[in-house]
Amino acid sequence: MTTDSLLRIEGLTVGFNTEHGPVRVVEDVSFDLPAGHTLGLVGESGCGKSVTAQTIMRLLPSPPARIEAGRILFAGDDIAAASLKQMQKIRGDRIGMVFQEPMTSLNPTLRIGEQIAEPLRLHRGMRRAEAEARVIDVLKQVGIGNAERRLLQYPHELSGGLRQRVMIAMAIICKPQLLIADEPTTALDVTIQAQIMELLRGLQKELNLAVLLITHDLGMVAEMCETIAVMYAGRIVETGRTAEVFARPHHPYTFGLLNSSPRRAKKGQRLPSIPGIVPPPGARGTGCSFAARCPQALERCRIETPPLLPMGSDAAACWNPMP
Amino acid sequence: MGDTWKRFRGDRLAMAGLVIIAIFALAAIFAPVIAPYNPSEQFFDGLTLEGSPLPPGWRFWFGTDTNGRDQFSRLLYGAQTSLLIGIVANGIAVAVGTALGLVAGYVRGWTGASIMRLTDLMMAFPPLLLAIALAAILKPGLNIVILVIALVNWVQIARVIYTETVALSERDYIEAARALGAGNGRILLRHLLPHLIPTVIVYATLGIATTVLLEAMLSFLGRGVQPPTPAWGMMIFESQSYFLNAPWLVFIPGAAILILALAFNLVGDGLRDALDPTQRGRG
Repeated sequence: MTTDSLLRIEGLTVGFNTEHGPVRVVEDVSFDLPAGHTLGLVGESGCGKSVTAQTIMRLLPSPPARIEAGRILFAGDDIAAASLKQMQKIRGDRIGMVFQEPMTSLNPTLRIGEQIAEPLRLHRGMRRAEAEARVIDVLKQVGIGNAERRLLQYPHELSGGLRQRVMIAMAIICKPQLLIADEPTTALDVTIQAQIMELLRGLQKELNLAVLLITHDLGMVAEMCETIAVMYAGRIVETGRTAEVFARPHHPYTFGLLNSSPRRAKKGQRLPSIPGIVPPPGARGTGCSFAARCPQALERCRIETPPLLPMGSDAAACWNPMP
Repeated sequence: MGDTWKRFRGDRLAMAGLVIIAIFALAAIFAPVIAPYNPSEQFFDGLTLEGSPLPPGWRFWFGTDTNGRDQFSRLLYGAQTSLLIGIVANGIAVAVGTALGLVAGYVRGWTGASIMRLTDLMMAFPPLLLAIALAAILKPGLNIVILVIALVNWVQIARVIYTETVALSERDYIEAARALGAGNGRILLRHLLPHLIPTVIVYATLGIATTVLLEAMLSFLGRGVQPPTPAWGMMIFESQSYFLNAPWLVFIPGAAILILALAFNLVGDGLRDALDPTQRGRG
């Protein structure tokens, strides 16, 4: 792949020390995100996508979390090995993050204006008065009208959609190169979801942001992301250009996931689903983790873990891929 | 800030509390001007012929104590001592308890465990023994009373703050603050501490009453404020054996403690509500 990627993950493996011994939650994950591009990281709950995001931000408490192997190259530097001080400089300044729950991710004791100004005060050393003009700008940028009045309000006075806009404003105020959005619309109403997606897409173009979008909404990936990485049980099972993966999935899991999406369903037919559940971390034996649920598993699948291999124009980790 | 004051002012009970505290404080500060007599002077006509204390009357408004001293003057001067102990000792206890609880709850691990085991140790240790031991080493006096009370009282606050901090540290907005690049100091002071203010205020105001009572207990054992310096708690204990014959000697300082404690609690309640941003624009 190209060397000008802004974020490059190589063989990232993250484990947690638990009472029952160490458990690997993310295994051998690699992907590339060039500047100004959008990558959708997709998977079911518990597949390790949020842990991946939190590991990039180095937000997981250690112990119990531990980066067991791999590198996280951000603009050429390995931030998996960065010190806390170095990470504090990067967070909020060069990498912004939007969380899933706008209702609980804003501090209820601080006014909106103060919270949005926080990154400016942390990274630019601005005082409140200096920051205010920029805060008003950024509020307008994220589509919050009446900005001067909003500054003085507290989070509980805003709706969920507005709060998520505030979260986005906080994440982009320092003009980061990378935005990590961890299920940014999951907690919102459908109509608000569309607005927030539209906003993120607009900002991405406007600021030339690289966006790592973590979601389980395939529709959102189709609309927003040039590339997609499908995670299953801590590993990336398929990755490639979104259009191609959607048109011709190679991994049976991707196929099942796409097939069970209501957008593809045929009228009058029962919506297909993938039987079984994701094996929890720690209960993942040898071989492909999907083998137990896979309709076309081979003997080999249960013994040997498949590596990510080029297939057509994308890559999938499967011994018996879809035709 | 203007908002907070406006809401506080709208709270009549809290304002009443504030007025009472102000009156007590003024009485304490201007005791030398207001007091009709020297609080240590023993009057010849301060006792009946049989030698018992005088009930409240024209000459001695709140009566006299068993030594023939003017109870009203003693009460005014006693306010100086009691308010000083209440505010300073309790202030130290609240500050130390909050700081230690906050750090223990946020850092946890070794540091947190050590601090919390220290609180266990302190709780297992009878405060009176501690007071007696300290007073045996050091010269008893006001400073020692303040020190002992602070040493005994920080523990409960530290435990409550610890528990709340542990819960608060898991909140999403703390992680969000970290994702913005905030360091530990900033998270502690700007993102955690404001949430603990209501608890701190409740403890700070409730603690004043218990502090005054603890002062009384220490004085009773001769390890507190040294006579002839008047203090409310001491006044009660000095007179408790004459309770049936001269009830005013116990009731009047007791009422003073009660009113002061009540006033602080009212102010505390009002402050807690006024400082709560989710109460904005209500009530």
